[in-house]
Amino acid sequence: MSTATVQRGLRWFQLLAAKGEVQRDLPDSLRVADTTLMGQRVRYLAVVPDSNNRFPRARNGEVGLLEGWGLAKAIDQALEQDREREDKRALIAIVDVPSQAYGRREEALGIHQALAGAVDAYARARLAGHSVISLLVGKAMSGAFLAHGYQANRLIALRDPAVMVHAMGKESAARVTLRSVEELEALAATVPPMAYDLESYESLGLLWETLSVADALNPGAEDLLRVEDCLSSALTDIANGPVDLRSRLGAQNRAASSKVRELLRAQW
Amino acid sequence: MSDANAEKINRLLQQRSFIELGARQRARALLDAGSFRELLDPFARMTSPWLPKQGIVVQADDGVVVAKGTIDSQPAVVVAIEGAFQGGSLGEVGGAKIAGALELAAEDNRNGIATRALLLLETGGVRLQEANLGLAAIAEIQSAIVELQQYQPVIGLVAGPVGCFGGMSIAAGLCSYLLVTQEARLGLNGPQVIEQEAGVDEYDSRDRPFIWSLTGGEQRYASGLVDGYLADDLELIGEQIRRFFQQGLPAEQRSHRHAWFLERLQKFDGSVQADAASVRSLYQGEQL
Repeated sequence: MSTATVQRGLRWFQLLAAKGEVQRDLPDSLRVADTTLMGQRVRYLAVVPDSNNRFPRARNGEVGLLEGWGLAKAIDQALEQDREREDKRALIAIVDVPSQAYGRREEALGIHQALAGAVDAYARARLAGHSVISLLVGKAMSGAFLAHGYQANRLIALRDPAVMVHAMGKESAARVTLRSVEELEALAATVPPMAYDLESYESLGLLWETLSVADALNPGAEDLLRVEDCLSSALTDIANGPVDLRSRLGAQNRAASSKVRELLRAQW
Repeated sequence: MSDANAEKINRLLQQRSFIELGARQRARALLDAGSFRELLDPFARMTSPWLPKQGIVVQADDGVVVAKGTIDSQPAVVVAIEGAFQGGSLGEVGGAKIAGALELAAEDNRNGIATRALLLLETGGVRLQEANLGLAAIAEIQSAIVELQQYQPVIGLVAGPVGCFGGMSIAAGLCSYLLVTQEARLGLNGPQVIEQEAGVDEYDSRDRPFIWSLTGGEQRYASGLVDGYLADDLELIGEQIRRFFQQGLPAEQRSHRHAWFLERLQKFDGSVQADAASVRSLYQGEQL
């Protein structure tokens, strides 16, 4: 993994949340700040590399024990503070997560439960009426993406070769499915849900928008404005829609997901 | 022989294993007698559209059984994953069956019908042959569990032998109550994948006693990461599930307890490896 890839999330956080104050009472691997976006209250959240992380397997931006529970804390706090408010702040997850943390400490101490903490908080916030958006600026992998981003009302991805959504890295996926990496790549080329490229992912209908920027790593003022515009349109779109995830259904490459629901409802 | 001993022996003789049952039998056994009604059963032939393209034989139910019925005469939906098909992995269809069923259960509750849900989890998580569609479905399953657990207890049971891993271990962590047996393992990452990603010194996937000592049902119960540790006895498991439903919603969901877990993790020395004893001592004690 290149250092450049690793820093994307932090870079976008610094730009988007430039006017916000970074919260201090969270693990150093999290960046959380409140600010406004075109007049609306928003809280940006990012998981970033922390070379001093007490958990050695979570030093490169992975989502581990502290990150899962820390996200839960940051989101829960927003929920509490806005409980009585009509204008609940939006939560915007800046997603650049190479993976969940793979390690002995993590399994032993229940990383699954830490990630459940984050998922629960994001989902509860969305159900309570907070708009939740995920902005994919780098990798969005597997359990890390489930914990940080996949509960959003709307998913937005930068159209950039480093942006990738997947369930497992190629080498591990090959090992688990008893294939060579070459065989896996050949199959992925013909089976869209297995592919590692953004266009194939887009064909599944899960993204609300993809966005071209001039430089996804060192974005200029124009790139920033384009992204902010898109986030703002997403907030408007969310305000007019349901709090569930049904807007992800409908793509041809995900027809069975709709068909199953239709039949279940008929037989319920 | 005392009466008590005779009773014990009699009980052992009559004990029926839950673990050896398939997904459909499990669902049927835990619903009230005669109330089992399967939705999208194998005759519906909703099979994976993606496996045939990869030369893999499909299964008529895609490895997931969804059944409606009653538990203690209350409306219930049971979702049972068949660990024997593709390791209980979730693809598009199986994932949509679970998500769709839980979404309908949540909708029932919004409309004043107190449908409860029981999840029988035997799964390695995402089916890698349908990778991104499995992952997307798991996000939807998680969303539905979070909505439903605001109304009714959602109970998860990991009986074994497959255990519960990947994104579905996160789903397990969202349940109001999570129950395991001695044959269960619960963890985010499968041992092979950790070894692949982190090296054999970090995690030796062939060292079974080591893996069980960290992720086995007994350890998870002793560490307070699950709510019940059950014997492989069909009747007792049914009784326990009813008891947990009768308790209603827990005082505080485990997945809401970030303050407690962060405080405990603060006390963990990250410079040394974890073992079963250190996790137990860290997590034991006052739970709230």
